[in-house]
Amino acid sequence: MNRQGAGVLRLKSRPSVVAWHAHVGRKEKQGPLGSWFRYYSEDTTLGESSWELAESRLQQLAFEGATAACTLQPDTLLGGDLQNQCTAGAYAARRTALPYVGLYGACSTMAESLALASLLVDGGYSGCAAAVTSSHFCSAERQFRFPLEYGSQRPPQSQWTVTGAGCALVAPHREGRPYVEQVMFGRIIDLGITDINNMGAAMAPAAADTIMNFFKDTGSSPGDYDAVYTGDLGEIGSRLLLRLLERAGYNLTNHQDCGLMIYDRATQRVGSGGSGCGCSASVLCGHLLPRLCSGELGNILFVATGALMSTTLFQQGESIPGVAHLLNIRGC
Amino acid sequence: MELSKEEYKVLVSKTMPHSKVLRDCAMAFLVGGIICAVGEGIGELWSLLPTVTPGKAATLTSASLILLSGLLTGFGVYDRISRVAGAGTLVPITGFANAVVSPALEFKSEGFVLGTGAKMFIIAGPVIVYGTAASVLAGIVYGLAKAVSL
Repeated sequence: MNRQGAGVLRLKSRPSVVAWHAHVGRKEKQGPLGSWFRYYSEDTTLGESSWELAESRLQQLAFEGATAACTLQPDTLLGGDLQNQCTAGAYAARRTALPYVGLYGACSTMAESLALASLLVDGGYSGCAAAVTSSHFCSAERQFRFPLEYGSQRPPQSQWTVTGAGCALVAPHREGRPYVEQVMFGRIIDLGITDINNMGAAMAPAAADTIMNFFKDTGSSPGDYDAVYTGDLGEIGSRLLLRLLERAGYNLTNHQDCGLMIYDRATQRVGSGGSGCGCSASVLCGHLLPRLCSGELGNILFVATGALMSTTLFQQGESIPGVAHLLNIRGC
Repeated sequence: MELSKEEYKVLVSKTMPHSKVLRDCAMAFLVGGIICAVGEGIGELWSLLPTVTPGKAATLTSASLILLSGLLTGFGVYDRISRVAGAGTLVPITGFANAVVSPALEFKSEGFVLGTGAKMFIIAGPVIVYGTAASVLAGIVYGLAKAVSL
């Protein structure tokens, strides 16, 4: 049994992330990680006629970039995004002739797809699996909030959806490449948050739950890792996560949040930070994987969180369920 | 998670940032006031025309502000002003125009019938519905009050 405790899955063959590619928008390029994002589009329409197609194009660019950086050709594609019915992924996959697994984990989709891709490779069911995830500010705004030109004020707890996509290719273990050692799928946790503008607060308990269970099941502690990266908790969610872990006796001094890393909150008017499944995807594929590959990072936890509500259920007064999936990725 | 919803609610409320109410009110007052002053100016200009009565000047002023707001929405300027002005751009008639024009533009990718046509009133629709209902109620109350006083 490769299962430890409540749900830590140990990947005995240690599948490697052999190639990666991130493609972001202009605002993300202008952020603190700008120098890491080599591929970006000035024009957020990416030459397409709608925002939905623009996001689909982002996924396609990320996928093509990753496959071009690798001699292996993927045999399975796992993708997801924030659009209704996950259309950005499915429409981008039209151009590939690969078996396609569409996933929805909201902003946790990068961890979800990468974990599943790693398991497919570890189980010997895939020689190379691609995990690709995207979000686009404009397609998310019109689906979840207001039209772009509508004049409204954002509350300070709201977050800014990242325009970006990331793709990572997983293959059997290879020296000189980061590898996935353990994964853990999170439970749905709902502590009654009903404010659709406060995603960080909705997701923080799920992140805390997954991280605590992982430490418990593996017998490890925060100090065993170079850093613990959460997906897009933002400022409020990050503070809540630390408080929740503190209550449970864990002092997470090495925590970083992709949503806080990707934008400069002081100058870029993004509220509590970045969000969307392209947030953790582009930070992982544009920043973390290269640093793991260069040896700058040796052992990290990547915990992408998702708020699994829909506008329909939110309008019906339901609270927001959160989920967090975890990967333990080791450097070269 | 060994934490009740009530306990978490308290924790969240302690962590929540507060809106800058004073600054927001001041900006709303300032920008809203400027829009009204512009309206006054436009009204004065219309009144200069010999054929325009004061009643007509008021109607033409509203129409002019709606046109201006629609243009600024189309050029992507209105939402930028609203970011700092808040209720200052929402309350005047220009806010209503913005609420109609912005979805009309946004959803034109789904076609003129099911996109622009169907979604145009997605934000302003409730205002029209409850505005009309409120005016009917007010009319009934007014009518009854008048009947009783007679």
